[in-house]
Amino acid sequence: MAGTGVNLIRKLRALLGTGATVDTDPNGMPRVFPRTEEGVAAVLATASSEGWRVRVEGSAHWIPADAPADLAISTRSLAGVVNLDPPDLVATVQAGILWDELRQKLADHGVWVAQDPPGAHRTLGSIVATASSGPLRTGFGNLREHVLGLTLVTGEGRIIRPGGRVVKNVAGFDLVKLATGSFGAFGIITSLNLRLRAVPQADLTLAVRGNRDALTREALALMEQGATPAAMELLGEELSLGDGWILAIRLIGSWAAVDADRQSIAAVLTLPTSELKGDPARQFWRLWLERQAQSPITLRLGTLPSAMDEALDLLAHHLEGGTVAASIPAGSIRWSGTAPADRIRVLRHAAAQREMPVTVERAPWDLRHTLGHFGAYREGVGRITKALRRTFDPAGVLVVPLDDDR
Amino acid sequence: MNVPEQALGAIEGVVGRRWIRRAPAELETYATDGLPTRHSRPCAVVLPGSRQELVSVVRILAHYGIPFVARGAGTGLSGGAVGDRDSVVIGLTRLNRILLIDPRNRRAVVEPGVVNVRLSEAARPYGLYYAPDPSSQTACTIGGNVAENAGGPHCLKYGVTSSHVLELEIILPDGSLVNLGSPGGEPWGPDLVGLFVGSEGMFGIATRIAVRLLPLPKAVRTLLADFPSLKTAGEAVSAIIASGIVPAALEMMDQNCVRVVEESIYAAGYPVDAAAVLIVELDGNSQEAVAAEAAEVERLLKDSGAGTVRMAADERERERLWQGRKKAFGALGRISPDLVVQDAVVPRTALPEVLEKISSIAAAYGLKVSNVFHAGDGNLHPNLNFDRREPDQLSRVERCSAEIMELCIKAGGSITGEHGVGTDKLRYMPLIFDGDTLAAMRAVRRVFDPQERANRGKVVPVHACREWSGVTA
Repeated sequence: MAGTGVNLIRKLRALLGTGATVDTDPNGMPRVFPRTEEGVAAVLATASSEGWRVRVEGSAHWIPADAPADLAISTRSLAGVVNLDPPDLVATVQAGILWDELRQKLADHGVWVAQDPPGAHRTLGSIVATASSGPLRTGFGNLREHVLGLTLVTGEGRIIRPGGRVVKNVAGFDLVKLATGSFGAFGIITSLNLRLRAVPQADLTLAVRGNRDALTREALALMEQGATPAAMELLGEELSLGDGWILAIRLIGSWAAVDADRQSIAAVLTLPTSELKGDPARQFWRLWLERQAQSPITLRLGTLPSAMDEALDLLAHHLEGGTVAASIPAGSIRWSGTAPADRIRVLRHAAAQREMPVTVERAPWDLRHTLGHFGAYREGVGRITKALRRTFDPAGVLVVPLDDDR
Repeated sequence: MNVPEQALGAIEGVVGRRWIRRAPAELETYATDGLPTRHSRPCAVVLPGSRQELVSVVRILAHYGIPFVARGAGTGLSGGAVGDRDSVVIGLTRLNRILLIDPRNRRAVVEPGVVNVRLSEAARPYGLYYAPDPSSQTACTIGGNVAENAGGPHCLKYGVTSSHVLELEIILPDGSLVNLGSPGGEPWGPDLVGLFVGSEGMFGIATRIAVRLLPLPKAVRTLLADFPSLKTAGEAVSAIIASGIVPAALEMMDQNCVRVVEESIYAAGYPVDAAAVLIVELDGNSQEAVAAEAAEVERLLKDSGAGTVRMAADERERERLWQGRKKAFGALGRISPDLVVQDAVVPRTALPEVLEKISSIAAAYGLKVSNVFHAGDGNLHPNLNFDRREPDQLSRVERCSAEIMELCIKAGGSITGEHGVGTDKLRYMPLIFDGDTLAAMRAVRRVFDPQERANRGKVVPVHACREWSGVTA
């Protein structure tokens, strides 16, 4: 058991010396800001032997810093760009850096990470740990496609470095993908090797307004015509049917390719279309991405593109209100809003019967603790997941609820 | 340990006498994969004809605690699909049904023994194809591709196998069936599909594989450029990538390789006096857009020092250019009794320097090296021709390969980009991963296979693992 807060702070200061800042959070819980991955490892190793329970924090702008624990470890003092190599299109970045800051630093060198995660003021570590891919997952794949390697400090305080710094690499088992999207259940990600791309010549957004059914039909018709946009997002402010929905299609590439795609898409669409470029386009997407962090709960539901309508109906049936962003070709829906745990549990059960996983991406502690980020699994997967947790965090140090508590 | 007769009898009872191989001559077929330097006969080979037979076989092996090796077409190049005399090889080539093509969702479900190119052929009438295209795609299986996380020339733009696998049904070594992922590809829990792909048959066997299909591009342009030096060819690669244009494929062949191809039945009309040639393919949904990108790439190639740049005039010429590239390994195979196809990755900008050093290393060992590789992602394939009957040649090939690997690691690269570790690269794993990382890999393997019976002795060098969470060396 942990000692009192004061004793624990004294122990942490003795353990880390000048290698970390130690303070308390607004509730008086000891909080440590290690400046090295060895510092993170020392805290976790000690926590494992002492029986301390540890909460991991980034900027607390996505998952709130509200999990009860003996101490918190923040990644915010691990926030540097260790190596930026534009010619080879790879960067090594510490996990505590803010996404917007990273994006700006990369843009200064003419490169970017082809992802647009939801929320604002988030750390890179939070985005990777929650696998928060945004609309660009349609054209550029999920976040995991952009992480070449990483450093993970396990719950036991071991530092492991799976993956590498090259774009193609099959040496050893892919623990990078295991860590990506595992909500920190296996350890704390302290740095990442990211795949970069050259900033594209052209970036155009087409917006079509209409009701949900009509826009879904438009999207599926585009897919049948072989369209492969960077993003094709069905956006709704409210789940209920109405005319307030938007189908936003983002085209990225050379001018010639984007212009050709624009023309071929226009030939398929039957509803009036408006075009957004430059700042208005950036503002449009930022608004939608930030809106998803303005209510307390965000869920991610996976489905087949052809079952998108059914999945949206399912959400509308079980939840009230909320903001919806559906990546139709990628078969992924993100819902943000407010709902009691029992409603989400019933939704999850109904979705599971249709082979649609529902992940709790973010929520207040009570709800995360009750439902778990993943809830129930397909048969046999729960056993594997539990064994993996025991492997990486044998003392159960990391406070990360993955499973439904029922 | 010897495999008990009782177990083999039970297996024979499941698959029938015809589908279990035990004679030495029969086993010899399975004693190597595409890498000739790793030779080891299994005790028996069993070829189940259905998923249910496969499940029964794995459960019999579990009951008797017998090690096993899952094997597809045996085209792997790392000695990964080879068993020893205490193990049973499970050949999956009879599980070759395409179970579903779902054009609306751009998705297919296949059994593990489906040959890679057959899936694209089956999807073509729907305007779709399966993107990962290893050079061995006319023989290799999707199950093998999943085990190795296989790549191919067109993975530069479209990603390797793991980018295309949505859902897996696997059988664990204890005989239990588990579904990983979900039909649309969203992980259902931690990303166990991502973890399983590339696990080289050490976590279990994929029994059903759901993959993403892509729309066939409506326009394709293929360019062939020749260069006076490897350096200028490497600089052209960097210039194209830096431009923001992402070619569908960007392949390089050096002079040694070009000459061998041109002397074979796969001759593609490559210029034999050039130090290197690049094949650049661009694709997209519009003829005009792809033509514009091709013009830009042509300019970049010339600015980087290309002698001539030729564009394939029609589909026939394009296929000829690609046949030369994809059959280069076959052409190299005919000039000596043995061939080692190496596999490593370096940062793209290091390509010119690394290629020159590889030539020097090979020369120092009195070996001829030919390079044909995926330049766009820095994935090298140095090919070493040799004759193992000659004294010392095999030893020189091994030592030369080791030096090449060390060179690529020093350049910031990896020991394998798409062929896997198998047994061939085991010795290099401690050069790129520390003891804790290797121990973590072994510990994860033991979650799936606590008895370590599935493809034992591959990927993770046990002696190099730190003691870790109950895992001891």
